[in-house]
Amino acid sequence: MRGRPNLYTSYRSDGAILPTSTQRVIFVAAIVAALLLPFAGLSRTWLILLATTFVAAIGAIGLNLVTGYAGQISLGHAFFLGVGAYVGAALSGNPGTSVIGLGLDMLIWLPAAGLVAALAGALVAPIALRLRGLYLALVTLGLVFLGEHILRNWDSLTGGTGIGRKPAVLSLLGWHFDQAGVIAGISLSREQQIYLLTFILLVVMAFAAKNLVRSRVGRAFSAIRDRDIAASVIGVDLTRYKVVAFAVSSFYAGIAGSLYFTVTGFVEPASFNLLLSILFIAMVVIGGASSIAGSIMGAAFVTLLPQILDTASDWLPFLGGGGILSPALLDRILFGGLIVVFLIFEPLGLYGIWIRVRNYWKAWPFSY
Amino acid sequence: MTQFLQATVAGLSLASIYALLALGFVIIFKSTQVLSFAHPALMIFGAYFVSYFAVTVGINFWLALLIGVVLTALLGAAIERFTLRRLVGKPLFSLAILTIGLDISIRVVVNNLIGVNLRGVGDPWGFASIRWGGVVIEQRVVAMFITAVIAAVGFLAFFKFTRVGLAMRATASDQEVAMAQGISVHRIFALAWILGGALAAVAGMFAASGAAGLSQNNWIVALKALPAIVVGGLDSVHGAIVGALIIGLAEGYSATYQAHYLPWLGTNFSQVVPYLVMLIVLLIKPYGLFGTEEVERV
Repeated sequence: MRGRPNLYTSYRSDGAILPTSTQRVIFVAAIVAALLLPFAGLSRTWLILLATTFVAAIGAIGLNLVTGYAGQISLGHAFFLGVGAYVGAALSGNPGTSVIGLGLDMLIWLPAAGLVAALAGALVAPIALRLRGLYLALVTLGLVFLGEHILRNWDSLTGGTGIGRKPAVLSLLGWHFDQAGVIAGISLSREQQIYLLTFILLVVMAFAAKNLVRSRVGRAFSAIRDRDIAASVIGVDLTRYKVVAFAVSSFYAGIAGSLYFTVTGFVEPASFNLLLSILFIAMVVIGGASSIAGSIMGAAFVTLLPQILDTASDWLPFLGGGGILSPALLDRILFGGLIVVFLIFEPLGLYGIWIRVRNYWKAWPFSY
Repeated sequence: MTQFLQATVAGLSLASIYALLALGFVIIFKSTQVLSFAHPALMIFGAYFVSYFAVTVGINFWLALLIGVVLTALLGAAIERFTLRRLVGKPLFSLAILTIGLDISIRVVVNNLIGVNLRGVGDPWGFASIRWGGVVIEQRVVAMFITAVIAAVGFLAFFKFTRVGLAMRATASDQEVAMAQGISVHRIFALAWILGGALAAVAGMFAASGAAGLSQNNWIVALKALPAIVVGGLDSVHGAIVGALIIGLAEGYSATYQAHYLPWLGTNFSQVVPYLVMLIVLLIKPYGLFGTEEVERV
């Protein structure tokens, strides 16, 4: 319907991902811009940081699926990230080193990392059937500590605390993303390739998630979140959908986990602690619960904040050398503080702010 | 036998600290429905100020303890007044996540104050210990056990026999009805956080007393008190005490025996025993040993 973007004449258009042509144009423009960005002369630091953001966004989407959409509180996301990271590392690592390595291709280890994590998630899900609310949150908290303990002691897999190992190797069908190379006549640096790889993965995973939540499964998730008894009365199989929610969420976490540390080139068992879980919860809370776009915004915000503060410390006199606060310190304080601020003032997160800004300009200058 | 008794003493000392923290958790949860993840921060906040006044400034330890407890209680009250009160009636999860955010922010500041070196809290017990048979019992352990028992008995009596305790129980059971009876629910909320903060400060001081010392890692103790309240049931005061005993003793025994009998469970296994016990108990009893089972009405 030209000129009347809010008029839907079919369920199909009501549920469309991008209902209006304006949105479609903006979306395509954003994708093209993101694909061209690595060639715009960004520094290596920023490219790597953006790649980390994309990977974090995949993980945040996973947590949002189980916590934001299905309403099952999970503080255990770090555990599933850890499963993915070590499955990926073990399957792809060089055989013959001190840690397990099978030297397999990315075509195998990337799905495997997701699937093994999904299996772990499906095994945890039955606990969610017996436990509700805060009890579930505390069990998943315990899961993080137990998982960290296992990883710390499983030296042949993880290399041990403080020593660590190399994470998964980014080689797909003989092509190495972690080495500079030439694709279709364009020479690409390591960072540009990792950026493009993670960006494409994010787009695919985000679309898959968006399609999942607007399907029958997604509606079942929301029904369980809003009132599980009412959901089961109208015929939603609680067991099945809770298992699906945890499995899908963990699949995303596994994929994210296997890639999260490839960028830094080093993975250590102590990384998969409670703070990592909280980092992802912060992404969901700051970005906006039950919103795929929000998860991406939240991941970007949380991942880029330290670097932005670091850059800003050159101009802000109270930051950095001689100031009262170091950028790292301010980052942590802001990180905690922003969780509080968003929960109190904008429970819908950055996505909610975006919606309000958009609505304001819709009627501008006749806003009321 | 001596080894067993020694392990029991170690377990009881942990149980005492967990009991003090768990009492605070339960008081706050019962009256305000908030699961406080801010307790690690409150705990090291209190311990730091005791250490600051008793060691750095050098005043009398008991006075320093009093100042530390009061400051932490005030911090607890401030947390309730300025953040949580604005979210009354929101989902329990939002409230819990909010306290995680507070915990991170407060802990960054306190960690910065503590610095990298181990600090003492200037407690009068120090390294002194008493010998009983072959068992060595540190005096600070005796002190923390007595304190925990007094606190436990005191709070049970407080809830049962005083008007304020009755008001807190009424608020816990139904906030609106309590308000209709003329109870100031706001004041009860503030009181719960004041008591929780004060208990956390005392627990923090004990956890840092003697040879243990105060470092940035002390906050992990408060997280291990969470399994204690879950085992006992989130909303049960005597459950918290039983839970603290179970968790403390389990940790104490596994610290003593696991390395010898079950070495394949890995080093520092005792540190995760509380979570393992919690997992097992919850699989059998989803609302803990003494927790109120939620009755669902359709």
